[in-house]
Amino acid sequence: MSQGFSILVDTSKCTACRGCQVACKQWNNLQATTTKNVGTYENPQDLSFETFKILRYSEGLNWDGRLHWYFFSEQCRHCLSPGCMSASEKDEIIQDEKTGAVLFTPATKNVDFKASLDGCPYNIPRQNPKTKQMFKCNFCFDRIANGMIPACVKSCPTGALQFGERNKILEACKNRVAELKAKFPKAKALNPDDLRVIYIVTDDPKKYWKYAAGK
Amino acid sequence: MELTRRQFLILSGAVGGTLALSRLGLDLAPVKAFAEDSKALRLKTAKQFTTICPYCGVGCGILCFTDETQKKIVNTEGDPDNPINEGALCAKGAALYQTSSNNQARAQKVLYRAPGSDKWEAKSWDWALSEIAKRVKATRDKYFVEKNDKGQVVNRVEAIAHIGSAALDNEELWPLQAMMRALGLIFIEHQARVCHSSTVPALAESFGRGAMTNHWIDIRNSDCVLAMGANPAANHPLSMKWVQKAKDHGAKLISVDPRFTQTSSKADVYASMRAGTDIAFLGGMIKYIVDNKKYFAEYVTKYTNASFVVGDNYDFSDGLFSGYIKEERQYDKSKWAFKKDEKKNIIKDETLQNPRCVFQLLAKHYSRYTPEKVSEITGTPVEDLLKVYETYSATGTKDKAGTIMYAMGWTQHTVGVQNIRTMAIIQLLLGNIGIAGGGVNAMRGESNVQGSTDHGLLFHILPGYLKTPRSTQKTLKEYNQQSTPTKSDPRSVNWWSNFPKYSVSYLKAMWGDSAKPDNDFGYAWLPKLDPGQDCSWLNLFDAMYKGNIKGFFAWGQNPACSGANANKVRQALAKLDWLVSVNIFESETGSFWKGPGMDPKKINTEVFMLPCACSVEKEGSITNSGRWAQWRYAASPAPGDAKPDGDILFELMKKIKELYKNGGKFTYPILNLKWDFSDSKGHFDAHKSAKLINGFFTKDVEVQGKKFKAGDLVPGFPLLRADGSTASGNWLYTGSYTSDGNNMARRKKDDPTGLGLYLQWSWSWPLNRRILYNRASTDADGKPWNPKRAILSWVEGKWVGDIPDGPAPPLNDAKDGKLPFIMTAEGYGRLYGPGLSDGPFPEHYEPLECPLPKNPLSSQYNNPAIKVFSGDMDKHVTCDPRFPFVATTFRLTEHWQTGIMTRWQPWLVEAQPQMFVELSEELAKMRGIKNGEMVKISSARGELSGVAIVTQRFRPLKLGNTIVHQVGMPWCYGWVVPKEGGESANLLTPNVGDANTMIPETKAFMVNVTKA
Repeated sequence: MSQGFSILVDTSKCTACRGCQVACKQWNNLQATTTKNVGTYENPQDLSFETFKILRYSEGLNWDGRLHWYFFSEQCRHCLSPGCMSASEKDEIIQDEKTGAVLFTPATKNVDFKASLDGCPYNIPRQNPKTKQMFKCNFCFDRIANGMIPACVKSCPTGALQFGERNKILEACKNRVAELKAKFPKAKALNPDDLRVIYIVTDDPKKYWKYAAGK
Repeated sequence: MELTRRQFLILSGAVGGTLALSRLGLDLAPVKAFAEDSKALRLKTAKQFTTICPYCGVGCGILCFTDETQKKIVNTEGDPDNPINEGALCAKGAALYQTSSNNQARAQKVLYRAPGSDKWEAKSWDWALSEIAKRVKATRDKYFVEKNDKGQVVNRVEAIAHIGSAALDNEELWPLQAMMRALGLIFIEHQARVCHSSTVPALAESFGRGAMTNHWIDIRNSDCVLAMGANPAANHPLSMKWVQKAKDHGAKLISVDPRFTQTSSKADVYASMRAGTDIAFLGGMIKYIVDNKKYFAEYVTKYTNASFVVGDNYDFSDGLFSGYIKEERQYDKSKWAFKKDEKKNIIKDETLQNPRCVFQLLAKHYSRYTPEKVSEITGTPVEDLLKVYETYSATGTKDKAGTIMYAMGWTQHTVGVQNIRTMAIIQLLLGNIGIAGGGVNAMRGESNVQGSTDHGLLFHILPGYLKTPRSTQKTLKEYNQQSTPTKSDPRSVNWWSNFPKYSVSYLKAMWGDSAKPDNDFGYAWLPKLDPGQDCSWLNLFDAMYKGNIKGFFAWGQNPACSGANANKVRQALAKLDWLVSVNIFESETGSFWKGPGMDPKKINTEVFMLPCACSVEKEGSITNSGRWAQWRYAASPAPGDAKPDGDILFELMKKIKELYKNGGKFTYPILNLKWDFSDSKGHFDAHKSAKLINGFFTKDVEVQGKKFKAGDLVPGFPLLRADGSTASGNWLYTGSYTSDGNNMARRKKDDPTGLGLYLQWSWSWPLNRRILYNRASTDADGKPWNPKRAILSWVEGKWVGDIPDGPAPPLNDAKDGKLPFIMTAEGYGRLYGPGLSDGPFPEHYEPLECPLPKNPLSSQYNNPAIKVFSGDMDKHVTCDPRFPFVATTFRLTEHWQTGIMTRWQPWLVEAQPQMFVELSEELAKMRGIKNGEMVKISSARGELSGVAIVTQRFRPLKLGNTIVHQVGMPWCYGWVVPKEGGESANLLTPNVGDANTMIPETKAFMVNVTKA
């Protein structure tokens, strides 16, 4: 496989503007879910067949006793060895050779959804309850195949989301983690060798989102 | 505007350059099947238009892709070429698609609601505009005021009021103000009053102009960014792009806020504080700077009025300045004048040792603001105060730049103007004004609120900040004389000495050929206010509530949710004879008669609901917070019967003019109003309006050695004249549309200084200058204080870099050297500001509603110069056990202002569906409230319910021995939509205004919170 592309999610730069969350809806023509405020800014409450990306909010005290408010722009990690694919028998779930995008085709309506979900360490796949088709982030495959960067990355104001050739993203990731370590000793990238969508965190990943570093 | 394919492919945010399409073969059949319907491919045949985001004042570029067969926008995303956002967008900008005609909820029909009726009726444009024209004429003629109580000619109409709108294009705003002024209205107001009205006099008093000094991209040049009175990450999200760039090169971000916000989450230093105590907080910083000699001494001595000696009548004692007239609740400002010699020159002491010089008086004034005293007022721990002071004041050196980003957290207070003044003083002390990475950045919250302020949609200013005439100014000569400041120092430019050129050019733009020297250029046709008469927002709605206003235009504005004490606003609307509501969606204002607690049968207000085009359905310019006027294009037609605002006002005034041809009260201004905005098809032509705003020569003339023909566009305002040979709607915009073309539409990205000025991208007032007061970025010889960030240098007899703030040589040039602050009469930045209503130095007073029984700093409890209303709906309480908690309001990233443009959009409502209130864990425990439960929030004026967000981001404050709890809530909701979204926080806020501008104090008031 060619090295393909990657997205870097540098949570230390995220300001929770949710441009990515809405840009994803816009580009993919996704319906809005009916939501309620349940005591958090986080909405919709979860990923779904019509929500491929959401911002997770978490607050608390840092290791140094200072307050934090962490933002985690959650999406499919586009694993190099996708666990969700183990449930796919006939190319219902595919991995594009050139880009590395992991794609749920319309044929996923025939896939054992639960098996696929169980295979995903990050709890990403979702199913349309009516059609049984499965959905998740498609890496903006259509856009990158046509020379455009993913909608969420393009929308990001601060560079918290970056897109590029995988080796360059890995290098940028390494440099950024080294830079952050001076101020945040716990700074690290989450499973950069296994994932195309690589998150940088400055604290225990579980504080950001329960599945940030896997189930 | 079409983009080249290459431009479109620029991949903002991409690491490692662009992608090679050829490399992306689609080999696998399933992938092909997946990508069968390629939206990206379809876009290649769509037509592209550039536009500017219609929400906050950052001015982000957006691309609209239009399917030309369906005439529909099929995609919107960030414009990668726009240097302000480089393709990025926040949630609102990213949702622009749902503002367009793709949103079925858009207002598409002209609607009419008859007196006492409980329903809308669909009507035609012709019917509605004809009926409105008749109402305008009948009301105007019945209530026209020819003379005031003193017998002075005023020729005005007080029975019709207008508000709006920062949502319109500049080219629509100018004719809108022209129409309203020709009708004789004096109650002309809009969003600017309630958002940044306090900014204008604060910055004008300090530096000469009332606008954001620098611009968005320039924030990246800063070494220290203070975000206070603002949460830019939520409300000006793209500004954080430039804050992050600054951080990337080592800059510090400080966030000071009652609540730990999205901005705080990214800050190096965070300090909490009690809402409404900013002057105490910053006054302590002034003391710190002076005590620790952190100020930039050369700058302070040479460029500020630190050395001016103040006259003997100035005094300050126990919270009051000299000259206070208790029964009038105002000051005699003449007591604060500077000391002058026999030649009327201000006496100066450049050693700064004279105990009566400004610097010494400043030091004395703030000597009382010790960290301990400040902490007792603000609730900020002393160590946090000192950390902020130390970090920020480190920028008081030649090679460091500090900037402030502020917004409503400072403006909306009874001390709003003085909050901002305090920071202006700090910035002058640190030498941070006029430099790259410095300045006072007033973050405007609406896409064109800068433009609507510039174009004078306010009772007190005509376009270009010309003062509205008063009844005592009987002639143009008297008006000009009293409006034109004089100077004594030959080194002062005193640019306002050109006032008559701008006022006469404005009159020529208003009345065209009818404005002649022998009729004072039609000066008599402008309505006159009484001296001291204040027609600002709160007074407007008070007059309406009292039944004195009969007809009302709410043009692109939703006061039923945006007005402080909104219950009073809603009751006031019910007293109108007629209301015209122009909007792109149904609003709480247009539909007030069927709102909560209203009985339509008892409400006799006729309502005309006019549907208008949104930002991507018409052509024109908007001016962002950094003063950049950027041009937008029509990407699709408006839905249904909706029309551009320009067409609506153009056609309405034509009908009014037609009616007045048959006579009426004082017909001259209406019949003589130049109303020539038609294109070849009879539609409103934004280009015609833009040219009129820029100005043209009315006859063949030779000016400064150059020949111009009648009709030639004026290249810049130095060429405007006071003899009627030039017409210009707004002198500040002269240069925006010249013989070179429409400069606001420029898209070149040359940046020779490397500091992000982009002088050929759009056009910035004044004269395309990007950083105001930039002559102060150099020493008196014209050498930049910081050569690494040189926005201006005097090289071989000329200025190089940004457009200089005045072409004269630097101060040390013996013959022609000039001082850098060309818009103040003295030429200096003002540490001491004797022109404001409530004192030459800012002083801490408690908000009108506060938790303390007395002001810890003096016997003067509240700002002594504010006006307090006393009607049956003007309630306020302080230190009252029924309302024990300090409350503040804020906005959300996902919803904009009252939410009337965003609450109709499914993607944004999905993300923030409902009214909520944030409170600390301690307060929640005390009240038995759990996170996510419904709670009731009440004030002396109203109550509403919302979801409790229990958070550590609010913490109880310790004020001496008192524990104070604070809560915060958004003000973006209203009863119309979404169905269970909740109500406006402005049902709770007090209708009390600042002493200078009457901006309401909606950021600090007292409430109770209980389980619902």
